[in-house]
Amino acid sequence: MLKELFPNVVLEDLIVATGETFYMTLLALVGTVIFGVLLGLLLYLTSNGGLWQNKGVNLIVASVVNIFRAIPFIVLILLLIPFTKMLIGTIRGPNAALPALIIGSAPFYARLVEIGLREVNKGVIEAAQSMGAKTKTIIFKVLLPESMPALVSGITVTAIALIGYTAVAGVIGAGGLGDFAYFHGFMRRDFDVVFVCTVLIVIIVFIFQFIGDFITNKMDKR
Amino acid sequence: MISIEGLSKVFRLKQKNITAVDDMSLTIHDGDIFGVIGYSGAGKSTFIRLLNRLEEPTNGKITIHGEEITAMSKKKLRIARQDIGMIFQHFNLLWSRTVSENIAFPLEIAGVPMEERKKRVSELVDLVGLKGRENAYPAQLSGGQKQRVGIARALANNPKVLLCDEATSALDPETTDSILDLLVDINERLGLTIILITHEMHVIRKICNRVAVMENGKVVEQGEVLDVFLKPNKPVTRKFVEQVMGDPDGDHNQLLEVYSSGLVVRLHFVGESANQALISKISREFQIEVNILQGKITQTKLGAYGTLIVQINGEPNEINNTIGFIKEETSVEVEVLTHA
Repeated sequence: MLKELFPNVVLEDLIVATGETFYMTLLALVGTVIFGVLLGLLLYLTSNGGLWQNKGVNLIVASVVNIFRAIPFIVLILLLIPFTKMLIGTIRGPNAALPALIIGSAPFYARLVEIGLREVNKGVIEAAQSMGAKTKTIIFKVLLPESMPALVSGITVTAIALIGYTAVAGVIGAGGLGDFAYFHGFMRRDFDVVFVCTVLIVIIVFIFQFIGDFITNKMDKR
Repeated sequence: MISIEGLSKVFRLKQKNITAVDDMSLTIHDGDIFGVIGYSGAGKSTFIRLLNRLEEPTNGKITIHGEEITAMSKKKLRIARQDIGMIFQHFNLLWSRTVSENIAFPLEIAGVPMEERKKRVSELVDLVGLKGRENAYPAQLSGGQKQRVGIARALANNPKVLLCDEATSALDPETTDSILDLLVDINERLGLTIILITHEMHVIRKICNRVAVMENGKVVEQGEVLDVFLKPNKPVTRKFVEQVMGDPDGDHNQLLEVYSSGLVVRLHFVGESANQALISKISREFQIEVNILQGKITQTKLGAYGTLIVQINGEPNEINNTIGFIKEETSVEVEVLTHA
């Protein structure tokens, strides 16, 4: 029956495409979280009244974050082609999409991290200082654990944005469900393929949202 | 001993400078429970935060047990802070950690090994009376229990000084009393010096032995709690004393009109414990009737303090003898308000 409803869908190709989407999303997510937390911490710590208050550094980091957030993702991919070629050696395939995916979403996540850190009770930081804590201790034992639910729900939001970006990355032949829907579905006028890819992407988004919400709730002891 | 000399803090805002603490000098002895009282905006909160340099002083010198806090490098200050516990009005616990983990936090900072940490945490849990709640999260505790965690956390590294920043202001009266009892208990048991700031005279009365009154960043009056209660010099101090005593000069003229017979006298009890049975004693020994008209006696850490206005009826001779007896045989002060 499936064969009749979706005559043009080749299951093996679909599985490969889904795998590529997961691969790109998860790997890009790891990079995004690392860079995003670093940038977010830097934004927070150097801000006015922060532990490393520094107007200059704050201005530079904030500008970089704002510029990369302002560039539409599709343009960013094209802009980064020379950089990707230098870094990965090719501009095709899932790996070639990673630099653009990370550079595109890390600034976004950095802002979410900054917002999460701002929510940490100033009094708790002061209490840690009154106990003689170093800044390093405050970062790892106060700031990050106390903002963890916000950081995780930020990861969820970012992951879902990333799934969308991986589909866009299909234009440079990155593979994945977006690529598959475009080249195997739309170009050949096989709209059943487009439809199946859409359903799969929606399911993947739901899975990420569910896992993210679950972890956030589990961690929040407030 | 903690000595504070010429301590000042000026906040520079865009247009003007605000002097929160203005040339304060104080000496606090070991084992004192020293209270600083003032209305909000008096600078007391800034003052206590200057003591461990959560706020950097603009001027002045702070010496705690011979070590000059104000001269320390950041690194030395961090070590010194481990010897100065602090508790807060809003507790400032980490919500992501359990009771035990919160108490263990300062021990982690001080680099105490795991095994020792566990032992110390369970001692502290016992000390503040939270046995059985070790694995609860702060969100599951009442205000009083949260402050107990705060106290245990502040005591973890065996500090010599405990700073209390409005530690009971967010608690209801009953919980306030139980936290104050705990503070007295640790003061006596551990010989810890406690410096607390508050706007409630009740707190000063209940646990402090010395007090400083702050107004506009300055100490306007200081001394033994009893002396300050007895002879408040400044209007602001008198107001605070009234908080717990009522207006001492109250309207006794009205009393005199109503109770016109015999002799109406005011008795001052100061740091009394021996003479609290005075009324029953004089009515037994002299041929007089004693009628209590008005009064309030309150217990401070160093004994009872208060006034009673009584009417004494009887033969003029007996009344004179009674007054003579109180004046000569007891330390109660007598003030004759009227002759009938």
